[in-house]
Amino acid sequence: MERSLTVPARFTELAHIAEFIAQAGREAGLDERTLFHVQMAVDEACSNIIEHAYGGESDERIRLSWHCEGEKFVVTIQDWGEPFDPSAVPVPRLDVPLEEVPVGGLGLYIMRKLMDEVTFHFDEVEGNILRMVKRCPR
Amino acid sequence: MDISTTSYKRCELVEVAGRIDSASAPRFEEALQEVLERKRYNIVLDLSGLEYISSAGLRAMVSTQKVCKEHGGQLVLAAVPKAIQEVLDLTGLDALFTAYPDTVSAVGSF
Repeated sequence: MERSLTVPARFTELAHIAEFIAQAGREAGLDERTLFHVQMAVDEACSNIIEHAYGGESDERIRLSWHCEGEKFVVTIQDWGEPFDPSAVPVPRLDVPLEEVPVGGLGLYIMRKLMDEVTFHFDEVEGNILRMVKRCPR
Repeated sequence: MDISTTSYKRCELVEVAGRIDSASAPRFEEALQEVLERKRYNIVLDLSGLEYISSAGLRAMVSTQKVCKEHGGQLVLAAVPKAIQEVLDLTGLDALFTAYPDTVSAVGSF
């Protein structure tokens, strides 16, 4: 079973994307907590695409698709913006005094904490392809 | 996202409900900024109606806490939903905020 959604790169689409993932979760039989994790990771990923891959809101596309591979729920998010290098994003230090806590960099950190696999691939034609996997107890 | 602010003698109560994502985070940030501009540095953030908060919302909370603490005050949380608490725990940000089970105890702490 595979489903996909293509939306313009606008923050107002985030609620639409959340509903798409909620529907996906229902079809795939995800429990509430697992679904919340997936929704959050997807929201963070799409926000990053809008802000960083496309440098702000525009009518450029974001394509989301999902499918199940046995016990795995797989979400793929594709954009055609600036190539993304995850190794260039510093891991936020959260165990430091308040005044030193960085005010950014949380999105990717949250994605990696909530999902079981987060992989990025860039292709000249296909653009940035983000694949996120959540193992789902059903 | 719905947001409202009530002034008490010793603190401001900011109630936020719905979703805080990159679309609504600017409004959330503005509401907190408005409180700080009135030099009110003791803030209770009532999250009982919050369905979702993204890193954009968390950033606004951290920035606000920094300013509050610089001025001898603090931002505390009230009635944090379980799913939101999990995100705070996961990111380690739970250590930056004192949380109360309800707004009465949170307001009363000041």
